[in-house]
Amino acid sequence: MSPQTLVPAAVLVVVLAATVVLGVWWQRRQGVVRTGARRAGGARVPGGSADDARPAVDWAARGVELGPRRTFVQFSAQVCAPCRATARVLAEVSGAEDGVSHRELDVDDHLDLVLAFGILRTPTVVVLDADGRETARASGAMTRSQALAALAVASPAPAPST
Amino acid sequence: MTRPVEPTPSAVPGIDPRGPRVAAGITALLLAVVILLWTSTAALVLLAVVAASFAVGAVGGAQRTWQAWVYRVLVLPRLGPTDEREDPAPPRFAQLVGFVITAAGVVLGLLGVAGAVPVAAALALVAAVLNAAFGLCLGCEAYLLVRRLRAGGAHPA
Repeated sequence: MSPQTLVPAAVLVVVLAATVVLGVWWQRRQGVVRTGARRAGGARVPGGSADDARPAVDWAARGVELGPRRTFVQFSAQVCAPCRATARVLAEVSGAEDGVSHRELDVDDHLDLVLAFGILRTPTVVVLDADGRETARASGAMTRSQALAALAVASPAPAPST
Repeated sequence: MTRPVEPTPSAVPGIDPRGPRVAAGITALLLAVVILLWTSTAALVLLAVVAASFAVGAVGGAQRTWQAWVYRVLVLPRLGPTDEREDPAPPRFAQLVGFVITAAGVVLGLLGVAGAVPVAAALALVAAVLNAAFGLCLGCEAYLLVRRLRAGGAHPA
């Protein structure tokens, strides 16, 4: 093979390899359950609660009845194929697990929640405990095992009373 | 117990989400050939063809390109229909992004900038492969992010 064809072919292979690495990395992040403390701006605050910086949400007023154990709050868009797939998965998991409910919220109808929770893409699933505190979240299409892993995350320690 | 909120029916007709991905695969093949053709005139011409296809998609939507037509005629009959739909606006913006990248490569190539054609083709190829193989449409994600950030600006918390 002459250098004329070798260089372009090598460049093509490198570009494709880099793209595959990028794609696999992105794919692995989808639906990954994230926990831990965040300030409203997104910075990590060790030991804090995810809800510290956020005003208390009146879930009942938004039509979200908190499940006795956990609630999947799914932020979806109207026309969003991964949202439909995730809704199917969460419906099945919440049906099979005791005390778990599932509620889908349209991001266009709940913009204040989208801002408060820092929702950047749909679907984003926020898992709440019985008191409405966030235990975990995941963005991108979720699989059944990811949903079950999200349910297993422990509740945050209650905020110290003043 | 599941009690999902039913989203109100969208006024925007949705498109088959598999179409843009297959179209991106076809585009990726062409862009790979452009890279192999390196800095030759043939590479420039082929890149211009890809840029023109993106222009059609940017104006009419990703579903109006000839690649999407190939999907409907050759691939869709084998896959069968789906009732999943996606908003056509983000893929259309992604076509615009593709046009900007490939058109820049064509223009710079015509101006004699060395390597403009393969570099532009490589950038567009990354996006096309991510879309076709992994379902990650970078242009779509950028569009949705900007839309959400602007809506956030209009509705202060």
